[in-house]
Amino acid sequence: MELNKTVGKSISRLEGKLKVTGAAKYAAEYKVDDLLHGYVVSSPVTKGKITKIDTSRAMAIPGVIEVLSHENRPKLAWFDLQYMDMDAPPGTVFKPLYDENILYNGQPIALVVARDFETARYASAQIDFEFEEEIFQTCLEDNLDKARPAKKGFATALKPPPPPPTGEFETAFANAAVKVESEFQHGTEHHNPIELFATTTVYEGKGKLTIYDKTQGTINNQLFVANIFGLRYKNVRVLAPFVGGAFGSGLRPQYQLFLCVMAALHLKQNVRVVLDRKQMFSFSHRPPAIQKMRFASDMNGRLTALGHEVVAETSNFEDYTEPTASWSHRLYPAPNTLFKHKIVPLDVYTPMDMRAPGGSTALHAIECTMDELSYKLKIDPLELRLINYSDVDQASKKPYTSKALRECYLQAAEKFGWKDRNPEPRSMKRGNKLVGYGMATGIWDAYQFPARVQLMMNSDGLLVVNNATTDIGTGTLTVMTQIAADELGLSLENVDFRYGDSKKPFSMFQGGSAITSSTGVAIVVAARALRKKLLKKAAEMNSSPFKKAGDEDVFFESGNMHLKKDPAVMISLKDIIAFNKGIPIKTTNMGKPHMLKLRKYSLATHSASFVEVEVDQDVGTVTVTRAVTAVAAGKIINPKTARSQILGSMIWGVSKALHEETIMDAKLGKYMNANLGEYHIPVHADIGELDVIFADEKDELINELGTKGVGEIGLVGMPAAISNAIFHATGKRIYKLPIHFDELI
Amino acid sequence: MGLKPQNLHKEPILNCSVTFKINGEERNVSIQPWVSLLDCLRDHLNLTGTKKGCDHGQCGACTVLCDGKRILSCLTLAVMKDGAEITSVEGIAKGDDLHPIQQAFIDHDAFQCGYCTPGQICSAIGLLNEGKAGSREEVKELMSGNLCRCGANVGIIDAIMQVKDGGSYE
Repeated sequence: MELNKTVGKSISRLEGKLKVTGAAKYAAEYKVDDLLHGYVVSSPVTKGKITKIDTSRAMAIPGVIEVLSHENRPKLAWFDLQYMDMDAPPGTVFKPLYDENILYNGQPIALVVARDFETARYASAQIDFEFEEEIFQTCLEDNLDKARPAKKGFATALKPPPPPPTGEFETAFANAAVKVESEFQHGTEHHNPIELFATTTVYEGKGKLTIYDKTQGTINNQLFVANIFGLRYKNVRVLAPFVGGAFGSGLRPQYQLFLCVMAALHLKQNVRVVLDRKQMFSFSHRPPAIQKMRFASDMNGRLTALGHEVVAETSNFEDYTEPTASWSHRLYPAPNTLFKHKIVPLDVYTPMDMRAPGGSTALHAIECTMDELSYKLKIDPLELRLINYSDVDQASKKPYTSKALRECYLQAAEKFGWKDRNPEPRSMKRGNKLVGYGMATGIWDAYQFPARVQLMMNSDGLLVVNNATTDIGTGTLTVMTQIAADELGLSLENVDFRYGDSKKPFSMFQGGSAITSSTGVAIVVAARALRKKLLKKAAEMNSSPFKKAGDEDVFFESGNMHLKKDPAVMISLKDIIAFNKGIPIKTTNMGKPHMLKLRKYSLATHSASFVEVEVDQDVGTVTVTRAVTAVAAGKIINPKTARSQILGSMIWGVSKALHEETIMDAKLGKYMNANLGEYHIPVHADIGELDVIFADEKDELINELGTKGVGEIGLVGMPAAISNAIFHATGKRIYKLPIHFDELI
Repeated sequence: MGLKPQNLHKEPILNCSVTFKINGEERNVSIQPWVSLLDCLRDHLNLTGTKKGCDHGQCGACTVLCDGKRILSCLTLAVMKDGAEITSVEGIAKGDDLHPIQQAFIDHDAFQCGYCTPGQICSAIGLLNEGKAGSREEVKELMSGNLCRCGANVGIIDAIMQVKDGGSYE
């Protein structure tokens, strides 16, 4: 009965051909008649007021249709609540072109609409603004006195503040046998998907819009547009079948969507707005953070105290937080703990979730501190992790539904060759290069959101699967097709997963590595219902051999339903639909986490990363020559696409440790490297040999599929593993990311 | 904001007639001289396979082949290429038969979101045409003008190496 199963097999991406031939259409690529082009004007001022706008020169340019600003924009929704999206932090949502106030540098202050892109872009530089500038603060380090806990709100449910202290942290730390105290600094990072944020709005008339948008949440953006512009939900359709990367930046509706829809409704025409690369730095980023770490242990390496205090940036209008301070206790037992998370509001846009938000920042500090502790104790870094290993999440005192982290450590160490490491820093060399080995642990939440799926069995034997989720490049189309095919015993060709459309049944935004478990489980639940309906229909046939069969008495294979006790007795699904007069048999069902059962457990994915670096002795340049990451994430539906997720996030780890950083000039209050030439991400030449291992982890508790999600876990351990390898190579501990060559000379 | 440059023009800019051979087909467009080859392909010829990632030559997503050489179409004005032979990603496959590089990209899962992919593919074919790259390290170096934010780098280089060494590339 397991003959033709596809789950667990390496299947190439089903949309592959569309992507390699250029046929896949992204938000700015739909051919629409009589299309107008919008170009956003960004504020050159960081804080203050617009006192005058003169658009006469721009409006005089042939081809310019309209310049929209706060002075002449159409009337809009008034209440903040109407601007809320599913990922809005507590506070007041930013409302583009709302009034004369400038809240941050690069804020959209006008939209030029013209007949063609070039004219709109040219005219955007021909508007005369006068500003009244105010004093601003954009530097985290200079404003630490303003640090305060975040306000609580809707988003707090997914991002709880750290747990209260346990034991007597200060006393325990002061009297500890061995301790490490250090401070870590992380700069701003921007998501920078290669596709520019873009929206194409098709004005259908009668209050109806079809919107092609770059987003991770079609329904999130549908509700946002309908609420603000007072349209009926059913009249707003948001489509995003292909998304050119997002990494968190598409979790909230971005301002180009708002401006594009506003212009389309105002002009009653089709409009496209595409941001430029500089404008991609004008909304959402990973916030800069300062982390104070204080870890202590006894002489045998058993942790006695864990202190992790975080101060991070937010905007002056929303309290963004990410789970940062509490991770160490989810990994390591210690009787005395102190965890704090504070934020400093500054004159910047609100930060936003960026791949492994909080986790990738926190685990860098945690796992570098563990490495430092291992050197003080003269215990191998891997051994120190094993001494403090626990199957119970110490923060919640709940056991994990599954945790194959030990297997990750051992398998990755073996494959990497950790045993060949001489622990002495600067002891290993290759020509002019210092060689270092470093390792670190990763942990990430295993989320599942409620999702609805419609399954429809058609007369031609095609199973249509409908859900509103996007596929941001993770392999969602392929993975969902595999799950549905197996559930109904069909080949992949006989399943059509239709997605990226707000008209389809509900999906949350595609974030938190959650969609495989969310939409996937909904498919399993709906398939159960569909099989029941198909059996019921088959039993209605004259002298049907299925008359007395219950759900457990049949199985589905190769497009047929069989009796288990006599597999030769079968009927094709096509024949069942034919008997139903050719009318498709369908069902819509909800999949949701089993909250009652799961309340007693902690849910997480784990990883172990081992890294080799070479550091040039003369010029300090660092190369990650090879890395192995082992991941425990439950069942892997498609090892091929899952491996790519881990490889991609390992490269994000290389980037975070060595390359990417948005530089703020606090005197000007603006980012100085808002382009892909100076915002460095790894190029092909920066990438060494990377290996991925999936540890066997059977999880029968977590959900119907046993899946945990793989979108982020591969990033979490890498920055610390790289930093630790650099210490091993050079004897230098660098507490600030990215690590630059000048610090190593 | 004290600087107030005069408008460069009050009248519509005159269109120019430009003829290229695109993906084997002769195409004539009437186009303004400030239109980049990238925008010409995407907005005027509806060939949206060529991607815009930065619009100033930093990401490589807009790479196309011009007379067999890889160029950045965002840094090229369409009028500069009158009479040229352009191949965009839409012209790489022969009908339904994928080019070996395209098939190798699928086999090696050399993309995730797919947005940088057309540029990577055109760049890879240009690289093979140049015949300069021998080792894997050289291929990595000479492909480094094409950024991939999903981090599909390993698959991309694996795919190119397979075609380069496998002899399946003509």
